Amino acid sequence: MNKVQNNNIKTDLENQFSTESKQWAWSNSFDADIVMIPASHVLDFFGFLKGNGSFDLLMDITAVDYPGREKRFEVVYELFNTTTSNRLRVKVALAEGEEVPTLTKLWRGADWFERETYDMFGIKFTGHLNMRRILTHHQFVGHALRKDYPADRQQECTEAMPIHFDNDPNYVEKDVPGLVPLNIGPSHPATHGTLRVMAELKGESVHRANVELGYLHRCFEKMAETHAYNQVIPYTDRLNYCSAPMNNVGYCKAVETLLDVEIPDKAKAMRVLLCELSRFIDHVVCIGANAVDLGALTGFFHLFSLREKVYTLFEKLCGARLTVSMTRIGGMAQDAPDGWYDDVMQVCQELKKGVSNIERLLSNNKIFLQRTVGVGAISAEDAIEWGYTGPCLRATGVPLDLRKNQPYYGYDQLDFDIPVGSTGDVYERYLVRIEEMKQSIRIVEQICKNVPEGDYTIRDKDIVLPEKKDVYGNIEGLMNHFMLVINGLRPPAGEVYSATEAANGELGFYCVSDGSGAPYRLKVRPPCFAIYQSFPESITGGLVADVIAILGSMNLIAGELDR
Amino acid sequence: MAQARPLPAQQNIDEISKSFAFTTKLDDLVAWGRKNSLWPMPYGTACCGIELMSVMGPKYDLARFGAEVVRFSPRQADLLLVAGTITEKMGPILVNIYEQMLEPKYVISMGACASSGGFYRSYHVMQGIDRVIPVDIYVPGCPPTPEAVLDGVISLQKLIADHKPRPWRDNWVNPYEQSAE
Repeated sequence: MNKVQNNNIKTDLENQFSTESKQWAWSNSFDADIVMIPASHVLDFFGFLKGNGSFDLLMDITAVDYPGREKRFEVVYELFNTTTSNRLRVKVALAEGEEVPTLTKLWRGADWFERETYDMFGIKFTGHLNMRRILTHHQFVGHALRKDYPADRQQECTEAMPIHFDNDPNYVEKDVPGLVPLNIGPSHPATHGTLRVMAELKGESVHRANVELGYLHRCFEKMAETHAYNQVIPYTDRLNYCSAPMNNVGYCKAVETLLDVEIPDKAKAMRVLLCELSRFIDHVVCIGANAVDLGALTGFFHLFSLREKVYTLFEKLCGARLTVSMTRIGGMAQDAPDGWYDDVMQVCQELKKGVSNIERLLSNNKIFLQRTVGVGAISAEDAIEWGYTGPCLRATGVPLDLRKNQPYYGYDQLDFDIPVGSTGDVYERYLVRIEEMKQSIRIVEQICKNVPEGDYTIRDKDIVLPEKKDVYGNIEGLMNHFMLVINGLRPPAGEVYSATEAANGELGFYCVSDGSGAPYRLKVRPPCFAIYQSFPESITGGLVADVIAILGSMNLIAGELDR
Repeated sequence: MAQARPLPAQQNIDEISKSFAFTTKLDDLVAWGRKNSLWPMPYGTACCGIELMSVMGPKYDLARFGAEVVRFSPRQADLLLVAGTITEKMGPILVNIYEQMLEPKYVISMGACASSGGFYRSYHVMQGIDRVIPVDIYVPGCPPTPEAVLDGVISLQKLIADHKPRPWRDNWVNPYEQSAE
């Protein structure tokens, strides 16, 4: 399907830019179309594609550093169409010191992705209004994801940034007396981790706002470049730690695509099962924390007892509660213990009851309604402009869910619905999440009733470690184990962007392999990074109490936001 | 003529007082009070913060150890529970929070990241919070199980009850002020 659409787009582009299009290089990698264009064509090219409706969502902007090349950097854009789920990757080669025009005038969501690319690689985007560091601290020198920056060279930060509002240089200081600056976070009960919101208040309402992030920048991408493929899995756990297994699955799916292997049906079923249970507990934390911030502490205790039940299931499955690291490239680490699926079925009954309790507690609660209905509303067009995906986008009425739109792991065989809202306010985000929790249980039950037979992993000796009994029991197993540990699994050189529907939206892994035992570049497209960009705008003009409600409903997980 | 009987108190005050009172040292009494009313300030930054929620939650229930009164203002808290990775960017803020706490104050470092940087040997992660603030108890794990955190709190209670000397606390100086000089 994508092929035909992209061919049409290609013809359109060639008609539009007849002479210029000769400088473009089209290629294809793992069913994804890639086009290389010169930096001078960027604005026209993207403007045309957005203008004729081929692509309405800018999914990701990143870069890759190739120090040996004449043009050292490759800026990579990932485009997406929200109705047809069509994708296109656009690349621009740049030498040191060269600039590329900003896309912030076309997509507002380009803002932070460009800043991140600047922070990590030092690539400047001409015309960007706020070309400053975003993840590393303001005293940081150098650009960390360049290949010549050592992974463990720490730089001390000796002072916190004062409150600043220079994120919008076009802002005109109106003569308003009585403005009070207010700093919220990064250590504040309502900021869930390490977010920092700076606001200027006029009475009770927010006059202007700014956010700062990067307080949990743990250098995931640099760590991935310095570890073997399987060693990266525990790091992925700690991206969105509220639903750790989903990140494992997303990462392994990307590497498996790169290796061009298909995992067994049983592994697929187990992954879907883990993902849906994780989606459930992720929404539990989101709704629970959101309710606590609005003063409903009881909900937290109810919801956390549900979470504990799922934790117990995970513990029974693999021994870990939060960070399970259950997947391996090629399948799963081990099979489920006897009777585990029956336990899951039993817990599902309790979870169902728990969800309906929460609904009774909150859905018609007068205080909750007053605090959430109409708060933080956003239109579908704006949401797409900013790069929203996941429950926050569905709450605006766009039925985009990769489980339906680009089914993977047999989601197309399962019976479930995609809930959508209409206004996109905090209350509808809550409703969408509640409904998704119910749908997740539906999926889990369908899988438990019909677990596929067979192996839980592929048995390719270049990819998967042999079982322990073979390692200790025979020489082939031992050799095989030794070779794989020493050499690591080595995918062929190539690149892939693989996306899954995580609890917060599209979780994408852009993985570049140079044929060695560690990823050459691994970029995560975190869903809440794009959503959080719109936060200063969505709180401006509202009450300061709404700041907390909106923040909670976006489900910002610092681990995946800052990486 | 009948002799006046001695009052019971004059008889044997020590014997009688044992029925309704016990003797102790003032220091021990204060320590007993302190250890059983540790008001924590949860400084949850990452994954450990989520496990800390479980510790506070219904199943593990930190309230059993007198530490359920979560204070988000450092000025009201006795115990700084650092749960999660501290980055270089976060360092000055952590020290600021620590300085705002009133004496007596204690610090628990929960998890591998807070204790040593964990498996993030990377350019933006502080390799252990004890580089900037004094730590009383380290809880290992990535993330530690709630039981391990409870064990950490119990160990801290023991440390308080035993009046263990805390040279790391006594000799602490603000590293950022020092480097500015």
